[in-house]
Amino acid sequence: MKNESYDVVVIGGGPAGLAAAISAHDSGAKVLLLEREARLGGILKQCIHDGFGLIRFGEKLSGPEYAERYIDEFHARQIAAVTLTFVTKIEKTGSGFTVHTVSRNGVARYRAAALVLATGCRERTAKQVFIHGTRPAGVFTAGTAQHFTNLLGELPTKRCVILGSGDIGLIMARRLTLEGAEVLGVYEAKPTPSGLTRNLHQCLYDYDIPLYLSHTVTRVFGTDRLESVEISEVDEHMTPIPGTEQRLDCDALILSVGLIPENELAESLGVKLDPKTKGPVCDGQNMTSVDGVFSCGNALHVNDLVDYVSENAAVAGAAAAAYKPQKRKPVEIHISDTLLYMVPQQLDLARNNNKTAVYFRARGDYNNSRLALTVDGKEVFSRRYAFLRPPEMEKLELDFDGMGLTETSDVQFKLEPQTEKG
Amino acid sequence: MTELTCIVCPRSCKLQISADKETLIVTGNACKRGAVFAQNEMTDPRRTLCSTVATVFPEAPVLPVRVSDEIPKAKIFDVMREINRTVVKTRIGRGDVVIKNVLGLGADVIATSDLLKEKAGETS
Repeated sequence: MKNESYDVVVIGGGPAGLAAAISAHDSGAKVLLLEREARLGGILKQCIHDGFGLIRFGEKLSGPEYAERYIDEFHARQIAAVTLTFVTKIEKTGSGFTVHTVSRNGVARYRAAALVLATGCRERTAKQVFIHGTRPAGVFTAGTAQHFTNLLGELPTKRCVILGSGDIGLIMARRLTLEGAEVLGVYEAKPTPSGLTRNLHQCLYDYDIPLYLSHTVTRVFGTDRLESVEISEVDEHMTPIPGTEQRLDCDALILSVGLIPENELAESLGVKLDPKTKGPVCDGQNMTSVDGVFSCGNALHVNDLVDYVSENAAVAGAAAAAYKPQKRKPVEIHISDTLLYMVPQQLDLARNNNKTAVYFRARGDYNNSRLALTVDGKEVFSRRYAFLRPPEMEKLELDFDGMGLTETSDVQFKLEPQTEKG
Repeated sequence: MTELTCIVCPRSCKLQISADKETLIVTGNACKRGAVFAQNEMTDPRRTLCSTVATVFPEAPVLPVRVSDEIPKAKIFDVMREINRTVVKTRIGRGDVVIKNVLGLGADVIATSDLLKEKAGETS
């Protein structure tokens, strides 16, 4: 049985894993990347639309183009990679880890001094949004529809309803329309759309696809294949309003109802998760609560731009390459209720935090809000934002080292919506 | 006055466009690309187009493509028809032209992936 040793083992060959592996290699580490699919690139392989890379490359690239730029960089460095390989178990052994895998060649074990978990995220399914009725074929996630259409070249529907206004749903509404399917509408239970504003315009309004807010699918009908769905209006608590039901004939119900970081491997190692992000609690080096285990990309928190995934993963890769066991000096970062979440959730004062990227989302749509950072009640930083929305993540770069932090410091980020000038 | 949402980048600026005799006045844009977008949108709206084209290779039945330059919004479905009429028979790669000067619009349909040049499990 194979039993090789590496400084850093990266799990996942999507944009996060690729950037982490490249960065770890460039920091001098011996790196191995493990990928369960046949090809590197992760979900970007099927994201054939453009809009990727504006921040990273200053160009509007399609998903495959963005991914392949990193894949080319990865191969140019001759970094070891094993594809069609599934991680079955990770054990903490001695000062490092043993990663157990299975592939066509059988089982293998790899030793790692540090791990980068770049396992991405999963789509929420019909079961998780409580859609009742029979169980016909034709109810699937937007990502599945995208896989059929863009990788297999099979149009999975002729006439469909899309539930949820997440970006993948909007992108698929356009994609299916272009290929000749009829998209009856995008139905969103919340009173505000979930996707980026520009996607509402270039994916729905450009093609006269209607968007219905405060509406949801309450039942599905059909025996072998979906025949129709029942749509209801919902109240402010997202509870369906009786008497508003209408039935629409369609052969597919496509769900774009959110993404959840995939952290089963992380949890098996005892990594603490943040209920807000559903990803690991991390410090400014992307290290989780377990020493030597790093997290990045959509496994850490669901990003809306891949450019930030690459950037964040590069931090994790470099930190994993430089990892040596040492005592931590953690300080928690607290956030106000007006923030949906913030990453990192803590800082390790034993490490450099002079150029720490901070990612956050606002809880609501706020005009002219003000973000303030206080340390022990004293304001040390503030910034004004003209317009914040939950679907649009914001990024800050801060020098925490200049703030005189100690392990007992009270570090608070407070977002004040609609503040007066002054 | 007309209101538009800029689609050049994820910032999605809200643009206000008013006409002063012959020239358009654009406000609300955070960068100059927004002003250009508004000008074009009012006179000659254009879009990029991404799709897939069929191949003869069973392991990769479709290859992702896009137009090399924006095309008139009104021509999107005509270009889709051309793309869906095409079958790739050689192992072309990223940036290679699939349809030269599609419908005479001045843009090529180009491949956006090296998918056909890869072999499954090559890196293992």
